[in-house]
Amino acid sequence: MRREVILTTRDLKAGYGGKPVLQGVDFTVRHGEIVAVIGRNGVGKSTLMKALIGLLPTNSGSILFNDAPIEALPASKRARLGIGYVPQGRDVFPRMTVEENLKVGVQIRGTAGPEDFERIYTAFPILKERRTQRAGTLSGGQQQQLAIGRVMISSPALVLLDEPSEGIQPSIVQDISRTIRAMNEATGVTIVFVEQNLDMIRATAQRCYVMDKGRIVAEIAAHDLDDRDAVRRYLAV
Amino acid sequence: MDALGAIFASLYQFGDAFAFLVLSACGLAIIFGMMGVINLAHGEFIMCGAYVTVMANRAGLPLPVAVLAGAVVAGAIGVLVERLVIRHLYARPLDTIVATWGISLIATQGTLIVLGSTMTGVGTPLGSFELAGNSYSTYRLVLMGSAVAVLVLLYLFFNKTRFGVLARATIQVPHMAEALGVDTRLIYAMTFGIGAGLAGLTGGLYAPTMTMVPTMGTTFIMEAFVTVVVGGADVFLGTAPAAAALAIVKASLTSWYGQLFGQIGLLIAVILVIRLLPRGVSGFLLRERA
Ligand SMILES: Nc1ncnc2c1ncn2[C@@H]1O[C@H](COP(=O)(O)OP(=O)(O)OP(=O)(O)O)[C@@H](O)[C@H]1O
Ligand SMILES: [Mg+2]
Repeated sequence: MRREVILTTRDLKAGYGGKPVLQGVDFTVRHGEIVAVIGRNGVGKSTLMKALIGLLPTNSGSILFNDAPIEALPASKRARLGIGYVPQGRDVFPRMTVEENLKVGVQIRGTAGPEDFERIYTAFPILKERRTQRAGTLSGGQQQQLAIGRVMISSPALVLLDEPSEGIQPSIVQDISRTIRAMNEATGVTIVFVEQNLDMIRATAQRCYVMDKGRIVAEIAAHDLDDRDAVRRYLAV
Repeated sequence: MDALGAIFASLYQFGDAFAFLVLSACGLAIIFGMMGVINLAHGEFIMCGAYVTVMANRAGLPLPVAVLAGAVVAGAIGVLVERLVIRHLYARPLDTIVATWGISLIATQGTLIVLGSTMTGVGTPLGSFELAGNSYSTYRLVLMGSAVAVLVLLYLFFNKTRFGVLARATIQVPHMAEALGVDTRLIYAMTFGIGAGLAGLTGGLYAPTMTMVPTMGTTFIMEAFVTVVVGGADVFLGTAPAAAALAIVKASLTSWYGQLFGQIGLLIAVILVIRLLPRGVSGFLLRERA
């Protein structure tokens, strides 16, 4: 079955001030896929995520979400179209409780019931335990789970995750990977995630784009992800 | 009975000072704490609230309704000012100071030209009561109750309502709130409007106790800024405790040495706090908690 495209970029260029970072990114993601983006430090992976959600303006090129151009929309409008974003460094609201963080996430939907919170608490039981605690006092792994729960609670169509495993202990990385796959299977949510941890990619993604110097330079199919040497070869481009 | 009378007199003085500090500062504190904008037109929003209250009252509205009208008009003007001016200056905090100062000058001069150098006010309602040989203004008790009510309502508003939660999120990590679909421009406009509206409320509440002149806002400015500087960026952890502490300083110095020393005491307190707690009371409390 050939699924419909949810996200495409065409010759996407963006940067900071006068400094170009994305030099023409072209890639495509289909509904329900889990796709990884890999690349060395500083090649522009986070910049790509920020450009996709709209926190960084597009200099030229286009971003199509469900075939509609979104590159001119502000981030809040893109979120309302169904794009969720989990930044590198999580950016939880530190002085708000876990529950309030989730409330901010669910507000896009207008009405939210206890079942929405329960769904997230089932996926991440630690959040339920800590729900009245300030998010700033959580550990890195817990903050990551909160940041993921905070976008998943609004049932987005596409979620952008920037290095979900960074600075998190391996057992929790496995939990997060499992939960991402479970949510993808349960709701069909499309996932694009930036990652440097090959184990995490192998355990989670179906396909992987390789990024270098502000461009997508290769694509690795799912079956090649099991071949460590092939992946290493791409990373050494 | 004498001792009780003295205790009541002190409590009344403290309550009066506390109410004045809280009501002077809350609008300024919200705009500064939530948006990082130092609103030098704060006094003019107070003046606006006072003028609207007096005009509405003299046009026949009962005083409580007239006070609310003052708050609403000041709040609406606040939203307008945010949309037209402040919005364009978020990236340049120093420019917002100059811009709000300009607005303050225009407002004072404009009022002077349009309404003249003074306006007939409304008398202080509710009269006075006597206790242990001293006479007290009943309306001052209303002001104290209003200050406490404003703090409680603000707390409930920012913690229990949807808008409040989104506003706090926007203040803490603006880009993340935006990425989660929060209309942060609307939040900023509303927050500025709420701050201006609170200033208007303060003006309306104090209007019956004051002479109506275009520069009446300046009466509140020193207390407002002192409280916000001492309190730091958090309205609840900062403004309320700062106002309480400063009220003790001001009320005791005023009753022992007179008004001037009360004011000097406040200035000394603010200098000490800046030396010891550069981020104010709330900065100190929050660091302790983290
Ligand atoms: N806010 C910023 N202002 C200016 N330059 C930036 C900014 N953020 C990133 N850069 C620069 O843009 C380039 C790409 O950064 P980006 O964060 O996208 O890399 P990355 O691939 O995510 O790296 P990492 O793996 O370390 O997270 C880098 O050279 C970086 O220094
Ligand atoms: Mg990055």
